[in-house]
Amino acid sequence: MSTIAAAATSLTSTGEAVQFWILGTVAVIGALATILMKKAVHSALSLAGTMIILAVFYLANGAYFLGVVQIVVYTGAIMMLFLFVVMLVGVTAADSLTETIKGQRWLAALCGLGFGILLIAGIGNAGITHFNGLGRVNSGGHVEGLAQLIFTKYVFAFELTGALLITAAVGAMVLTHRERTERAATQRELADRRVRDGVQLPPLPAPGVYARHNAVDVPGLLPDGTPSELTVNQTLRARGQIRDVSGQALDDLKALEQASSERLGREEASK
Amino acid sequence: MENLIALLVAAPLLGAVVLLCGGRRLDKTGHWIGTLFAAVSFGVGVALFADMLGRGAEDRTLHQFLFSWIPVEGFQADIAFQLDQLSMTFVLLISGVGTLIHVYSIGYMEHDERRRRFFGYLNLFVAAMLLLVVADNYLLLYFGWEGVGLASYLLIGFWQHKPSAATAAKKAFLVNRVGDIGLSIAIMLMFTTFGTFAFGPVLGSVGAETSVAAAPVSEGTLTAIGLMLLLAACGKSAQVPLQSWLGDAMEGPTPVSALIHAATMVTAGVYLIVRSGAIFNGAPDAQLVVTVVGAVTLLFGAIVGCAKDDIKKALAGSTMSQIGYMILAAGLGPIGYVFAIMHLVTHGFFKAGLFLGAGSVMHGMNDEVDMRKYGGLRKYMPVTFVTFGLGYLAIIGFPGLSGFFSKDMIIEAAFAKGGTQGWILGGVTLLGAGITAFYMTRVMILTFFGEKRWQPTATGAVQQDGTTARAVSGHEPAASQHGSGEMPHPHESPKSMTVPMVVLAFGSVFAGGFFSIGDRFVNWLEPVTGYAHGSPPVSALTVTAATMVVLAAGVAIAWSMYGRRPVPVVAPRGSVLTRAARRDLYQDDFNHAVLVRGGEHLTRSLVYVDHSLVDGVVNGTAAGVGGLSGRLRKLQNGYARSYAVSMFGGTAILIAATLLMRAV
Amino acid sequence: MNPVNYLYLAALLFTIGAAGVLIRKNAIVLFMCVELMLNACNLAFVAFSRMHGNLDGQIIAFFTMVVAAAEVVVGLAIIVSLFRTRHSASVDDASLMKL
Repeated sequence: MSTIAAAATSLTSTGEAVQFWILGTVAVIGALATILMKKAVHSALSLAGTMIILAVFYLANGAYFLGVVQIVVYTGAIMMLFLFVVMLVGVTAADSLTETIKGQRWLAALCGLGFGILLIAGIGNAGITHFNGLGRVNSGGHVEGLAQLIFTKYVFAFELTGALLITAAVGAMVLTHRERTERAATQRELADRRVRDGVQLPPLPAPGVYARHNAVDVPGLLPDGTPSELTVNQTLRARGQIRDVSGQALDDLKALEQASSERLGREEASK
Repeated sequence: MENLIALLVAAPLLGAVVLLCGGRRLDKTGHWIGTLFAAVSFGVGVALFADMLGRGAEDRTLHQFLFSWIPVEGFQADIAFQLDQLSMTFVLLISGVGTLIHVYSIGYMEHDERRRRFFGYLNLFVAAMLLLVVADNYLLLYFGWEGVGLASYLLIGFWQHKPSAATAAKKAFLVNRVGDIGLSIAIMLMFTTFGTFAFGPVLGSVGAETSVAAAPVSEGTLTAIGLMLLLAACGKSAQVPLQSWLGDAMEGPTPVSALIHAATMVTAGVYLIVRSGAIFNGAPDAQLVVTVVGAVTLLFGAIVGCAKDDIKKALAGSTMSQIGYMILAAGLGPIGYVFAIMHLVTHGFFKAGLFLGAGSVMHGMNDEVDMRKYGGLRKYMPVTFVTFGLGYLAIIGFPGLSGFFSKDMIIEAAFAKGGTQGWILGGVTLLGAGITAFYMTRVMILTFFGEKRWQPTATGAVQQDGTTARAVSGHEPAASQHGSGEMPHPHESPKSMTVPMVVLAFGSVFAGGFFSIGDRFVNWLEPVTGYAHGSPPVSALTVTAATMVVLAAGVAIAWSMYGRRPVPVVAPRGSVLTRAARRDLYQDDFNHAVLVRGGEHLTRSLVYVDHSLVDGVVNGTAAGVGGLSGRLRKLQNGYARSYAVSMFGGTAILIAATLLMRAV
Repeated sequence: MNPVNYLYLAALLFTIGAAGVLIRKNAIVLFMCVELMLNACNLAFVAFSRMHGNLDGQIIAFFTMVVAAAEVVVGLAIIVSLFRTRHSASVDDASLMKL
């Protein structure tokens, strides 16, 4: 705290400068990774990293409360919610980075560049040189200072955020809740329907039943040697994570023959 | 008494409604109903006339206000009637001759299965014509004017199964439209100038040289109104240049030709001009044009009448010519108005009589209309011969008969116009009298004298000129009885036809004398139209003598050409003038070349402009908007990210603008 | 070092987040990018707080976090229901106002 108090000038300490340049670089890399990573999970993790670095920056700027809240609420709660939804939604074609809208990428790049340049030019143009620092306002205790503001000057906004949170919680429930409008089908009805449809009468084959492998990502082989997709979990199928081992036996045989012929050749040569 | 005026119009109108809405159940009695309503109208007219005679000259104008037609602030149109001596004259002529022709039609249309409808149309015509003459404002007059146009259209095209009749009806209607536009423009001009249409204020303010608006109406305005009224009169009265429809209108049944296209409707133009005399008095230029139109038509009709072999078309040319006399007289101003009306009335008698006589002849000759195929009919149709002959003597102006008095007055008045104009107009009227004598003598000789040149009817029904196609409608019993290839058997017409002819012949003989002796007619009309005695540069006696000489010459020439040697059944080729006259002096060719071709070219060029320019602009706009929309639609692709780009770009622009504002 | 660099960093992160919103199709990733933008704003607020020497900026950042939390809850619920109906988390698939 003394560091911050002393830095009531327009310059920071060397330590903070070093910290800024190192962590700032990492934060930008994390942000870029967020938008460029193919898989949503990776994006989420990158974003979490960036947020932690931002928390550090909050601390460096004298916002101790916010820094802790950033880590606990954002990184800890919100990002976990993201990960949870990523898991729930699963992997879809939406993860593809190929652009489908014509010219979208060019326009995005143009707008992004223009916007960034203008924003940075604006900040530079503002001619901010003097930083007062928070030494004076933190003198009575940082959290106490915040609390005094929140419960006096911003008390109505604070109350409103409470209402907002409740509304959001109810809204989320309403949005995701599905009223069951019909009676759930009983076992008998399900069995009847399966017979009626005639698509797949017996239970689905287990993975690896007709094969030499019993891993869940390996499809079972049909009598003619072709893999049966039915034997693999639907999610794995959607992700394209099926390991095809139908050619495995032949490959093994070929390798065996080659090895034996090599050995025979070597034996003959040694003769 | 003035409450009876409405009945004049209402009775035949009621007849028309009853007959046209009554349906087939009135087929047996329809003609009697129609005649009865026309007779009621005539009776009311006579009663009103008797009442009018019982009053002094100054209180003879009656008014009847029925109801307010268009009660708008600043635009007041009433259904109101005015009956003065001028209107009275017309009322008696229309309802009287109209009733006679109703009676005649009972016999003439006896075998037409649509006779009830015919009488309905006739009643409609009488109602409209009476409305025209008793209206007390120009708007109501216009109503009647259009009404007679409609009735004329319906009656010319009465035998609508004949293409020639249907075409003639359309032609009459279209040509009349041109004149009607003139009348409507004249009425609009009156309204803007005087703020009203009523006869009283309009004509009174002109006569008083101070309008209602306290500012004298300029002569230019009056000339414009006058010329527009003249255009209207030209259309309705078949004057040059709108004369072309009258000859074709003879496609209608002969009673129609007699009533509408000889005696009454075609004289509506004369009525209009005389009625609007105050306006013409204030516009000498317009008056001059009126006299010129009258003079030209007078000669035009006469020349056409000389060459036609179709008896009705010859009479139609004569009608045109006689109305030319009236228009000319009306153009002379106060010295001529009275004589125009007087000639109109006498002409109504003798021309209606002549047409009825022609109808009677056709009736006896299997509907043959070609005079070259008549000849020697005086022995077979004595009544027709005598009445037709009296009408003939009347029209050529044989001394003592009606035409003599009325036409002689017009000739005198034309000379009395004074100056070069007077000599020219007088000369024209004199020449016209001679030609009239020629062509009427020709008609007379060809029809009633000479050898029998009767030709067998071709097939009774199918004849090239379509005149006997009427037999199809069951009208003509003779044709169906005689069958094809039979000679006609001329016979006298039934009583219902001859009686009206006799009555009209009486009118032809005595009306002129009755009117002229003691200047009765002049005194009668003078309060309305005004009268100024015109003195010809030479004595009236000299004029009369000159007229007699010209008349005798015309008769003599006709006799030498047609009476002394046999008349060929097939018309000889004739001179250039004859051929031109046979083709109505190329009026249709002229109209076709100038109006039809011109109209076609105008239409084509307009269509071209429409296609290339207007449609081009419209289609171009549509294509432009469509193309732009197509482009813009691409922006609206539904992808949230595209919209986000737009928002983001917009934000960037906002920042740029903010920075720029700070920099400035 | 001048603390204004924090503002530059915030601007950079915000722009990156915005670009991510524009180029990613996965609704979840897109949402993460929005969060990144919000965080960049928070950083700027904190830096402004330091600049002005009062805590109001931090209060605003605090409220931003609360609103962001609420937004994430609702947004993720929308994504989940969207996935349920369309079996896809791609925002491009939801380009029509019907299924």
